[in-house]
Amino acid sequence: MPEKKRDELVQIDYTPPQRDWMDPAIDFEARKGTWSYPAAAKNLRYLGLPNPRDWSPTDADWQLPENWQQIIHDGLAERLTKFRSLKLFLDVCVRCGACADKCHFYLGSGDPKNMPVLRAELLRSVYRNDFTTAGKILGRVAGARPLTPAILKEWYYYFYQCTECRRCSVFCPYGIDTAEITMLARELLNLVGLNINWVIEPVANCDRTGNHLGIQPHTFKDNIEFLVDELEEVTGIRVDPSIDRKGAELLFVVPSADYFAEPGIYTFMGYLLLLHSLGVDYTLSAYASEGGNFGLFTSNEMMKRLNYKIYHEARRLGVKWILGGECGHMWRVINQYMDTMNGPADFLEAPVSPITGTAFTNAASTKMVHICEFTADLIKHGKLKLDPSRNDHLRVTFHDSCNPARAMGILEEPRYILKSVVNNFFEMPENTIREQTFCCGGGAGLGNDENMEMRLRGGLPRANAVRFVHEKHGVNRLACICAIDRAVLTTLMEYWVPEVDVSGVHELLANALVIEGEKARTTDLRGKPLAGGKGDADA
Amino acid sequence: MRVVWSLLLVGVLALIAFFGAQAGGQALFGIVLPYLAMAVFLVGVAARVVGWARSTVPFRIPTTCGQERSLPWIKPASLDNPSTGLGAAARVLLEVFTFRSLFRNNRSELREGGRFTFSADKWLWAAALAFHYSFLVVFLRHYRFFAEPVPAVVAWIQGLDGFFQVGLPVVYVSDIVLVAALGYLLWRRLADARLRYISLHADYFPLALILGVALSGVLLRYFSKADIVAVKELAIGLVSFHPAVPKGIDPLVFVHIFLVSVLLTYFPFSKLVHMAGVFLSPTRNLANNNRMHRHVNPWNPPIVGHTYAEWEQEFHDKLVASGIPLDKE
Repeated sequence: MPEKKRDELVQIDYTPPQRDWMDPAIDFEARKGTWSYPAAAKNLRYLGLPNPRDWSPTDADWQLPENWQQIIHDGLAERLTKFRSLKLFLDVCVRCGACADKCHFYLGSGDPKNMPVLRAELLRSVYRNDFTTAGKILGRVAGARPLTPAILKEWYYYFYQCTECRRCSVFCPYGIDTAEITMLARELLNLVGLNINWVIEPVANCDRTGNHLGIQPHTFKDNIEFLVDELEEVTGIRVDPSIDRKGAELLFVVPSADYFAEPGIYTFMGYLLLLHSLGVDYTLSAYASEGGNFGLFTSNEMMKRLNYKIYHEARRLGVKWILGGECGHMWRVINQYMDTMNGPADFLEAPVSPITGTAFTNAASTKMVHICEFTADLIKHGKLKLDPSRNDHLRVTFHDSCNPARAMGILEEPRYILKSVVNNFFEMPENTIREQTFCCGGGAGLGNDENMEMRLRGGLPRANAVRFVHEKHGVNRLACICAIDRAVLTTLMEYWVPEVDVSGVHELLANALVIEGEKARTTDLRGKPLAGGKGDADA
Repeated sequence: MRVVWSLLLVGVLALIAFFGAQAGGQALFGIVLPYLAMAVFLVGVAARVVGWARSTVPFRIPTTCGQERSLPWIKPASLDNPSTGLGAAARVLLEVFTFRSLFRNNRSELREGGRFTFSADKWLWAAALAFHYSFLVVFLRHYRFFAEPVPAVVAWIQGLDGFFQVGLPVVYVSDIVLVAALGYLLWRRLADARLRYISLHADYFPLALILGVALSGVLLRYFSKADIVAVKELAIGLVSFHPAVPKGIDPLVFVHIFLVSVLLTYFPFSKLVHMAGVFLSPTRNLANNNRMHRHVNPWNPPIVGHTYAEWEQEFHDKLVASGIPLDKE
């Protein structure tokens, strides 16, 4: 927790400073708690990324390569031809300001450079200077700035203070997407060795061991066995997930946090119970043991490199199609990048539910289905016996995670599941859900402890909406379909709305799932007693 | 303040044309500069569009603002999350004609006790729409200067625009709306501290310039009683490539024409290219159907990740010890 108290943190001054934004000045020392530590040299070396060294943003000298300005200039030139999005977004912004108060970091900090328009101007001003006629002739009058070390430091600060949530893009009349600007700005920063460890270490881990957390195969198996035991404890059912089994019908890929720590583990237990109860023929993989992809927060090349494993493993194991767990940015990668990068997946079959026979035509090419799509279809076809009263000790709301909402649009499936498995469901206010949902404040690699003050600030609008339904409806559970959310929102709730816990959708599903041969349930998956001492109401 | 410089600059431009035309520069301001400006505009905008078009679209990255198309019983948001090219085209066209994204705009405010409130804020949307449409109507009305006989459509627009039949000459609604909307857009940049902070010369100058164009036009129509026949002769001469400056043209006409010429020249080098750019925005003009149809990246780099064989080799003993099946046993 940061030193600042809640009351102090909400004293937010939105008055812009006197100083012109074009004159950069970031005092990293004074702003501790709002930035992330740089990547450790060993991780950059492992990945073969440029300029590995030990340094701190508080250093005066960031030990950049000698020709860093040229590297960035050339990198930008290359990306302007590779990405129409970048070129267009740098050209067409009219600074109408519609995006300004849409960013959770701006709302939570009042720092004008967190307005999406200004975040982009940090890069745009340099683009104008180097690449536009007006900028070359008129310089500062045309809003152009030559890239200086001070500006580069500002890039580091603000492009690692954007969670790539795309909320601003919803409101922009031209669809300018700050996530795209940030992603490409981070690519440029990576060229000169400016990256954060909380992104790069998971990337290095994932490349080597198969998952962000660096869990090696034997530990992977141990963790899963532990969760199988836990699940048996609560339900009396012993599930038997297989690992690296060739010939299974489905490969099931989940974010690694789901088999590592609370509260994600309960979601994982939920998946296993569901798949077991239906006898689905699936396997987990110790090699492709990560659904998430922190390459998304590094560069398109790194995203492709990490994502490679999923199809590679599906081909090796000879499965028919791939099922994916609840994770936010993972689904941005799967929905918008995977097939393009590592497809075509012509060695797989178009996904069909083995239980209902439903063809998932929307995944006909990528051959990967979201578990909420899979489960919603099961419930619709009456394949699950559910006792929502087992969740009566919970009053639930749903947080749309940024990427599933704004880079995919999976809005109804999780709601349909929730409404089938809980009796008390309440929506947060409409400006804070669905495509207008607010970020948890810790996405895109910013969910680390040294960045805590900024996380709590960025998460304030989300926490506010949760507090609203907590006070109005007594909500005590925040459901979501994102592993980063489950970790970050838990901390956020502890700070802003301590009465509310966080969970995945499939945890709540498993609470309600009635299975033949199970013991009378007296607790939920977390071991918390059920409401009114009831357990097996109509089982 | 940046706005003062822009207003001053437009004032100086107006004065240059006003006195320049009277000092014998009529052919320059009436013929040479308009031709040049039109050439710069056409070539410049085309170059910008070609420039964008030459950049590739490696990934399909629509911003989805509604339910995806997934299971048959879940209603997809076919406009805000289109799954077909047609849906995406409709999304872009509605964006262009109705500014739907701006319509979503809301205002977040932090209240006592650290609570946010969100209220609908349609002013920017309304003013932007009013400005663009009134400018379009004014632009279309001007065809009466360039065509003889005046096309029926133009006459019809003109009639509708002067529907209220107030004043002599009849006051056009579009003139009032245009000046009012421009005034509001300028005022809001100055009144809102946040907007003032982000506004550049490049934001004030086009507003000041278009205001200059509009006000000089208003002066010409309602106050100066310019010789319309002579003006039309000049206009038709220009479009028929037989340019000549007739006698007796009010110097204010040259101010108007010169400011329009400056606008045309400035256009391709400025943020005004959003007019063309909006059609090409990858977050709006692509369908969210990546999982149905593979999108091809023309420069897809040949990257191979850490392969299973390498991984198995590294963790071989641990895999064996924990009984996880190996590829080759």
